[in-house]
Amino acid sequence: MTTSNASTSPLWLLHPARVPKALRGWVIPVLLFTWWWAAYRFAWTDSELFVPLSKVIETGWRMSASGELWHSLGASLYRMVTGFVLGTVAGLIVGALLGVSRLFESLVGPSFHTIKQVSLLAWIPLISVWFGLGDPAKIAFLSLAAFFPVVLNTFEGIRSVSRDHIEVARIFAYTRRQVFTRVVLPSATPSIFTGIYLALIYAWLATLGAEYLLTSGAGIGNLLVDGREHFWMDQVLLGVIVVGLVGFILNWSASKIEARLLSWRGRSVAQF
Amino acid sequence: MAHAGTLEIKSLSKQYQVKGEPLPVLDDISLTIKPGEFVSIVGSSGCGKSTLLRLVIGLEDEYQGEILLDGKRIVGTSLDRGIVFQEHRLFPWLTVEQNVGLGLLNNKEFTESQKQKTIQEHIELVGLKGFEKAYPYQLSGGMSQRVAIARALVNRPEVLLLDEPFGALDALTRAHLQQELERIWAAEGITAILVTHDVEEAVYLGDRVVVMQPRPGRIKRVVDVPLARSRDRGSYAFTAIKDDVLSEFGGHDNPRQDVVLVDDEAHNWQFAW
Repeated sequence: MTTSNASTSPLWLLHPARVPKALRGWVIPVLLFTWWWAAYRFAWTDSELFVPLSKVIETGWRMSASGELWHSLGASLYRMVTGFVLGTVAGLIVGALLGVSRLFESLVGPSFHTIKQVSLLAWIPLISVWFGLGDPAKIAFLSLAAFFPVVLNTFEGIRSVSRDHIEVARIFAYTRRQVFTRVVLPSATPSIFTGIYLALIYAWLATLGAEYLLTSGAGIGNLLVDGREHFWMDQVLLGVIVVGLVGFILNWSASKIEARLLSWRGRSVAQF
Repeated sequence: MAHAGTLEIKSLSKQYQVKGEPLPVLDDISLTIKPGEFVSIVGSSGCGKSTLLRLVIGLEDEYQGEILLDGKRIVGTSLDRGIVFQEHRLFPWLTVEQNVGLGLLNNKEFTESQKQKTIQEHIELVGLKGFEKAYPYQLSGGMSQRVAIARALVNRPEVLLLDEPFGALDALTRAHLQQELERIWAAEGITAILVTHDVEEAVYLGDRVVVMQPRPGRIKRVVDVPLARSRDRGSYAFTAIKDDVLSEFGGHDNPRQDVVLVDDEAHNWQFAW
């Protein structure tokens, strides 16, 4: 049944054999954009709640030419990178201390595990009171978003180092420092990387959250807020697309770096 | 180059604390191993044979009695004793040559170029020339165990300890690696102690076979293996000694099924050699 229908249905074009593997991920976006374009082209809708694709492209072009888009994107990325770096570095230090020192873990661990239960968004009121609505507040919020996953995964990675490997190092008379740099750290790397990778994603998500909730200055989030307030749907949709693209690029580069750094784990896990 | 060491174990006893109660693991073990000798220790699970090796390598302290290497009491781990475990314990993030080189980090006797040379020699000794840059995930179980042997030998230790090194390998790979180990032992002229639950392996490799019994771990008997190398597993004399050792496991204290001649757990699904 299905095989006889296949040749008549338009889905036949999407048969796995006809779409090269590398392009398969593009199938859904292309369909979506085609449908979007068609909805206005064939006048299926004239709703004000949505705008034609052409209008979004036009707005994108205009804002890009005026520099407004790049200015906003730059401001957002700058915050994200600053917050991400601060949060990750702090997270690595705290996670490593928790993992290495039983004393530090018993002192700090319980408080840390309690605080991490507090929803990130619940920090916003406190942060806005302490740091205002400007960049410092946003960066503080972003670093917090990046901090938690890095701490947890660094701790987890260090604690799950195999005793068998530690014994090998002891047999070869390694000092504590050598055990840490040559056994603990490399074996925790995959887990640490997972933490950093999550931090990157969280930081980007939190950038938007921060710009949306702490509205001052420029940023992609502010573009979205402005667009919504003035009912510029083209600007809102442009913002959504840019946010999605940045997220995709971050994700993609992180997975490439991971595959390269951790090639020793073999094809089964390292390849995306 | 280091020489083969004399290992003396004198009235060695060891207890673990289990729920506050002392549980004897080893009881009054005495054994002297001559330089260059190959001693097999065979016993059923739980007879303390692995604990004995952990004490000799220095991973466990706290024992009664004495363990002396060349007359000196063993304290902690040292580069003059090497060990191969049942699991290869290679570091997955390092290549074969880096894994073999692990032991040389704190070796002060070798210069950098000597280190490179000895790493290469040991990779060749275990028959892995050409695999220097391979990562552990690319190796079969038998090849990984060869790397582990090279790693244990790279410091030219006086004593090589082997804790069921081929226990997780398939029967064919195991038989082949036993021959290889015999060759390597002869080439290095090293003192070797092999712990195993495979009686045939013990007789094939050992100059002497120490039979241990459990609860607490004691030496039951020491069987000499006066056969010329390399030994023919099918010969009458070989079988007679093997049967003699096996007969020690006949008592009801020690159910015979504890001892396996060929254990067919094919952990190793890769094509191995």
